[in-house]
Formats: sequence, structure tokens, C-alpha cells
Amino acid sequence: MKYLFKNSHIIDPTTGKDTKVDILIVDGIIEKIGNNLSIDINSLTYDLSGKIVAPGFIDMHVHLREPGYEYKETIETGCMAAANGGFTAVCCMPNTNPPIDEASIVRLIKQRAENVLKGLVDIYPIAAITKGREGKELAPMMELVDAGAVGFSDDGSPVENAEVMRRALEYASALNKPIIQHPEELDLAKGGLINEGYVSTMLGMQAIPSIAEEIMIARDLQLTEYFAAQYHAAHISTAGSVELIRMGKKKKLNVSCEVTPHHFSLDDNAVRSFDTNTKMNPPLRTREDIEALKEGLRDGTIDVIATDHAPHSFDEKQVEFLFAPFGIVGLETAVSLASTELVHKNIISISQLIEKFSINPRRILNLPPILINEGVRANLTIFDPSIEWIVDIQKFKSKSKNSPFNGWKLKGKVFGIFNNGIFHPPE
Amino acid sequence: MPLASRHLLGLEGVPKEDIQLILDTATSFREILERPIKKVPTLQGMTIVNLFFESSTRTRISFELAERRLSADVVNFSADLSSVKKGETLKDTARNIEAMKIDMVVMRHAAVGAAHFLTRVIKAIIINAGDGTHEHPTQALLDMYSIREKLGKIEGLNICIVGDISHSRVALSNIYGLKTMGANVAVCGPKTLIPREIGKLGVKIFYSVDEAIKWANVLNVLRIQLERQDRAFFPSLREYRQYFAITKERLDKSEKQITILHPGPINRDVELSAEVADSEHSLILQQVLNGVAVRMAVLYLLGTRSESK
Amino acid sequence: MKIQNRVIDEKGFERTLIRLAHEILERNKGADKLALVGIRTRGEFLAKRIGNKIREIENKEIQIGFIDITLYRDDLREKLNQPILKGTQIPFDVKDKDIILIDDVLFTGRTIRAALDELIDLGRPASIQLAVLVDRGHRELPIKADFVGKNIPTSPDEKIRVLMQEIDGEDGVVIVKEGKLL
Repeated sequence: MKYLFKNSHIIDPTTGKDTKVDILIVDGIIEKIGNNLSIDINSLTYDLSGKIVAPGFIDMHVHLREPGYEYKETIETGCMAAANGGFTAVCCMPNTNPPIDEASIVRLIKQRAENVLKGLVDIYPIAAITKGREGKELAPMMELVDAGAVGFSDDGSPVENAEVMRRALEYASALNKPIIQHPEELDLAKGGLINEGYVSTMLGMQAIPSIAEEIMIARDLQLTEYFAAQYHAAHISTAGSVELIRMGKKKKLNVSCEVTPHHFSLDDNAVRSFDTNTKMNPPLRTREDIEALKEGLRDGTIDVIATDHAPHSFDEKQVEFLFAPFGIVGLETAVSLASTELVHKNIISISQLIEKFSINPRRILNLPPILINEGVRANLTIFDPSIEWIVDIQKFKSKSKNSPFNGWKLKGKVFGIFNNGIFHPPE
Repeated sequence: MPLASRHLLGLEGVPKEDIQLILDTATSFREILERPIKKVPTLQGMTIVNLFFESSTRTRISFELAERRLSADVVNFSADLSSVKKGETLKDTARNIEAMKIDMVVMRHAAVGAAHFLTRVIKAIIINAGDGTHEHPTQALLDMYSIREKLGKIEGLNICIVGDISHSRVALSNIYGLKTMGANVAVCGPKTLIPREIGKLGVKIFYSVDEAIKWANVLNVLRIQLERQDRAFFPSLREYRQYFAITKERLDKSEKQITILHPGPINRDVELSAEVADSEHSLILQQVLNGVAVRMAVLYLLGTRSESK
Repeated sequence: MKIQNRVIDEKGFERTLIRLAHEILERNKGADKLALVGIRTRGEFLAKRIGNKIREIENKEIQIGFIDITLYRDDLREKLNQPILKGTQIPFDVKDKDIILIDDVLFTGRTIRAALDELIDLGRPASIQLAVLVDRGHRELPIKADFVGKNIPTSPDEKIRVLMQEIDGEDGVVIVKEGKLL
């Protein structure tokens, strides 16, 4: 199978490549990159004028829900949502039922993924740090890595016990794998539904203070420094967290962090509608926090944009705010939100956007970088930063539609992905 | 002009004219409550459901009396929230009740925003009779009515709410309503019971009840509970009583006359001394009577509000 | 285009009120058990005026109250504009009184029906009599006035407007008709 992509604007931050060329892919391998490649009758030809061709994007924070919660999402629907959203790979979080704390479950997930769309989307499982995600005993990390786990997290719950966290950091660093912490001090956050601040005061709503997140990150940074380990803070949401990570990086610690598109796109005023699709953990924060997150993205303190894609069924979210589960889907709006809120608002360049969606997460997970060179397997995300479109949750491939962005007009749209020999344009 | 909204979910954002209209209308209903036949045929043929997911005998009786005195048909549905949570969802419960052709729902619920949620799943007119720690608009309206009746005005008065501000729907609704009506509002209590950013709502903060008394014309004293969701926000009821209870000795230090309100039920000699509760400056029983009149006014104004505005 | 036709002028208005006061006293043989109840809004001022006349004639106090029939209306939930409640004020016990119910215009009779219901909820008067300034016909209920200032036959598309000093700055009755000027 031959594909010819005419007038491709390749941006590859790894090699610094930034050129407008044609790309010929034969049987999944980039055969030729050059100007005016001749059109072959046997090849599928696309004109990519105005579109960016980037190394394939990876979402390092996704809840695929399988096994255990297949009514919310399955590996199949989750992969389709990822492909639709422009991701050639996802990392799935271990809060399944049973949780990913045994090698057999890692293998099961990888097998399932291979059968979806002929293996179009690569799945890299994140295994649990502790057995049953209970924060007590370490999970069998070596076995999990051998089965294919690329990192460790108890996401949804923090590792609260400092001694357990110490052992986890020590053990995982010997395996060259990051510990991905869900940073939340549970006593301070107890009972909270939204950010503590003006909005929670107005609504009389039980709240989660920003320091619940920051205290945990501060502690973890000290552990990371002391034990010279690798630490990644998931879904940071506050100005204080950005500052802590910035300080950690100044000290040359092996630390990194991610932000979700909803945390830089929406502030806690959105909660005033009582729309349960504005309920997530960490909660939507204030305007000032958003500004700090954007500054962190701009200056490189925040390495990664990851979705924390958290599907929940329609009925689960059609309840009182108090009873609704935390979380929203994000795979199918992430790239467009980043383009709209960050690139078009001159916070980051397109090249930085690609770093945060592709280069940095792979570096943090110690995965080989994706290159756009002749002779390598094509792993590409193609997007058009100038196309405007309106989000329609009914068109999501994800099994769940719990998004607060329905009806939003976004600028920037994924054109398609190429991976494992298959070109997949979204429908 | 009819009320701006077809529901009464809270007092946040309710315009001054609407609050004024409700209070003025309540005056007419106060007169009816003095008649030998305390009933008018106004809402004949209208069916109202009192949907109470938290036990609150007082509020439910007050609403029920108001509904019956307007000749509405009344149905009561009370359920323990824990059993509801396990079984049918609020959406299903409400839709089932609505299928029986009801016009209005008065709801008490433990979850913040539950009344707002209800407006999205059923078509009936919704009156919020308390949604968790958010709002309790009719309570604040009857508080304002009672203050206006006693002192002739609301504007310019110094009104201090004393007690657990963090977990009080009465406090929030009072703050919104009183601010709109031009009163100066303060809150007073232990720091653990006052939200960190309450000042942004435009209220003064007192951590000493004596200072609050020095400043206030009116004290709205809230019911105090030691434990909420297994968490103690202050050391003991004894300590609270010593430092925050409104007593005659404390009030006597003030030169001006201070009017006392309490939404009930009172913990006598905890937040309020019995002597003060029963004194001539206490509006507690008037509040109960005015509660019926104010609720009649709200029911009347929403029940006869024309849709083609 | 609105066309107005004045059917009672300032002087006629005054004469009508005096005549009504006399008729009321004559029929009830004095003012001893008498009480006036005006239906708000204009009936309130008519009751005050007629009350003043009766005081002048009899040289005796007469009790006056006002009634707001809004809550007793049968069209409340269909009406486009929600009326503002002005409240009922009856500062005396209606029990065993001869009540003169006073309104400006008698039309369908529905307002009077509402007023009768409300009065009876307030207690048990000895009798209720009806006095109106204008009877314009078109009754929809079996109601008849005991005292009528003036009978003015009208067509349904005409409107009767009673003007009063207290509200309109002048006294009088006009017929208003929506139509084209020929």
C-alpha cells in the first residue's frame, strides 16, 4: 500500500526539521521525503496544504475502563476515540477492575489493543504502584515492566504513605520507569467537590483547597531529591504546583508534570451551572491558576498535555452534582483545545505543542523517539491548525459523552493519523 | 411586573424589585392569616408536591400550610436520602411524580444544586426549600420580612449572621438577599466556621461576638452543631457557648436595642440563651408566622406568573 | 385610534354620588348597621367619597373598608399580566353588618362574585348590597346592582373608563372605542 502526502509541512522538534515537502510511504515505511515527488497511480494521494505533519501524538493519561467498566468505555472504543483525536498511542491508567497490578492484566490489555483497527493505536499500560492501588504494598514492578508496563501510578488515589512512596521511587528508578503520582492530600480534600475559593463560597459547596495538591507535590519532590528518583506529577492544576515543579527543575531533579486541556481552558466559574461535566478531580481552578499553568506551558515547566480522559455513562452524570463521579472525556477535543487556547492565543508555538503531545511524554516514559525520516516506520499525527469546527459530543467515538465542551467553537482540527501501516482520517 | 424567573432556586442574582414584590405581596397574605377563614381560592386546581429528602418538619409544615391556604392540592413525599441514593435516582423519582401531572415542586435536598438539577429534568415550577449548604431562599425572605416589619426598613441596617457560616444555606441566602436590599451584612463565628473567601461576597467578618454586637442592629443567630460529617470544627459546645452564645449580659453591654432572629430549631442555651430567645426583642415566633405568609406570596407569584412575559 | 365620548362630567359625577348616598340611606333606614366596602382600586375611592356624603347627611361616623379580590379571581392563571396585590383592609367585624359593596363599573359580574366570596370568608354579614357608578350590561353571572349611578348600554368592543380625582386628576366617565375616525 502506497500513500503520497503532497505539500506536507513537517515539524519535528527532535531533529529541528521544519519543511514543506512531499512524503511517500510504502507499506508503512517512509520511503521518500522530497519536493515534487511524482504521483504514482497505485498510491493514495492527499494534498496536505496548510496541514502540519508531526511525530505521532501520545496521550499519557487515559482511562480505558477495561477490564471492569466496559459500560463506560472499552479498549476498542477508547482506541477509536484516540485515533479520532489524533493520538497514535495512549497510556491507560490502572484503576480498572481488577486493577492493573499483575502482569496478566498488562498482557490482556495489549492483546486486546492489537485487534482494534488492526493495531492502529499503540497502548502502553501504566501499572499500579501498589497492590490493589491501596497504597500499602508495592505491586510486582519488574514483572509488570516485562509484560509491557511503561510507568507506575495509583491514579485516582495518591500514594499517601511517605514510606511506601519512598520504596516505590527507589524500586522504579532502578527500572528506569517514572512514578506518576496523583497528587492529593486526602484529609484536606475530604468531601470536596470543587476548588476552594470564591465560587465554592458562593455556592456553599464543599471544596478542595489548592494546597491539598501542592502539599503532596512538595513532599514528593523532597523524596525524589533525596532518593535521586524519577517523578512525574499527573494533572497539575494550581499556580503553586507549577511553582513547585519549576523549583524542582531548577534543582535539576528528574521531575516532570502534565496538565489537562480542561484545566487550562475552563475556570471554576463553569461549576456555577451545576453541570456535572464540570466536576473533575483535581477540580477546575481559578483564572489566576490558568494563567500560571499557561506560563508553565510556555516556559517548559509543564512538559506534557495529557487528557485524563475519564469516561462515565450518561446516567452516572445525570444526577445531583454531589453524587456525580469526577472526570470528563478528553481524547477527541485535546488537540483542538490546545490549538485554540494555547497556539492561537500565542502562549506556545506549534513546535512546542508537538513537544508536549509527542516528544516529552515519550522521553518521560523512556520510549524511543518518533522520527520523520526516510527508512523509518511512519508514526504521524496530521492536523490543520486553522480549521474551525464546533464540538458535537454525539459524534464522539468514545462510548461516553461526558464533555463540558459540547457546542464550543474550536480552531485547529486533526486531519488523521498514520501508524502501523494504516492511515486513519477521522470521519 | 411578574418575577424574573419561573422558579425560586436561590436569592443570588434575584433583582431588588423581585424581592420587594415578594415582601409586599406577603403583607397581603399576613392579613389573610388573621381572618377567621384563613384560606383563599387562588391556586385551586393546582397540584404541588413537597419533595423532602431531608427531614425538616418546620419547613415542610410551613410550606404545606401556605399551599393549603391558597387552596392548592398538596402531596407530600418524604424520603431518607440514604435510601434514595441506593434506589431510584432523583431524576427518576421526579419524573415519576411529574407523570402524575403536578404543577409545582417544593424540594428540600442535601445536595448543593439539587433544585437547579431538577429544573433540567422536569418541567414543573421548582421552589428550593434548601439545597445542602447552598441556599434556602424562603427562609431569608421571611427573615427580611420580619426585619422590615419590626424595624420598618432593611436598607442601611447592620445585620450580623452568627454561627456556622460555612455550612449554612440560611447564611448564604441571607447574605445575597440582604446585600441586594441595601443592608450592611457581617458574619461572626469561630474562624473554622467561616469560609476563607467570604469577604469577597461583600460582608464584614467578626471573630468576636462582642464586637459583632457593638456593630449590629440585628443578629441572625444560626443553629450550631458540633459535628458535621464526622468532623469537629470547634473544640466543644461548652467552649462555643462561652465565647459565641448570645446572652442577655452580652446584649446589655450594647447601648442600642438589638433585634434577634433565629431560623429554628433553637438549641437553647447553646447559641442563644433562653432569656434572649423569649425576650421582646426576639422575632423568633413572628418569623414562624411570617414564614407562612412569605411562602404564600412566593407560591402565589410563581403559581400565577404568566409564561407569555 | 381611540375615540372618547364623555358621558358623565365633573358636576354629574358629584350629583351621582350624592344621589347614591341618599338612596343607600333611604333603603337601609339610616346608617346604624351600615358599612361600606370598596373594591380596589377605584371602588376604594368611591367608598371614601360616598362615606363622606353619608357622614355629611347623617352627621354620624360610618365604617369603611377596602377589598382586593385578586386572590378570588377565576381568571388569575389565564391573565397575561399578573396583578399586584394591594391587600384587603376591613378594619371592622363584618358580622351582622349591612355591607354596601361598591365598585366603579358593573360588567360581567365576575368581580362581584369574587368580592362576595371573599366577604363571606371574612364573616357573616346581615346583608350585602351592591352599589356601582356605572352598569354597562353584558352580565355573565346572575348578579344585579341594588344602586346604580347610571345605566350606560355599551357594545362589547367599547370600554368604560371611570376617572377619579385621586388617580386621574379629574372626575368623569368616558366611553372609549377602538376604531377609525370616519
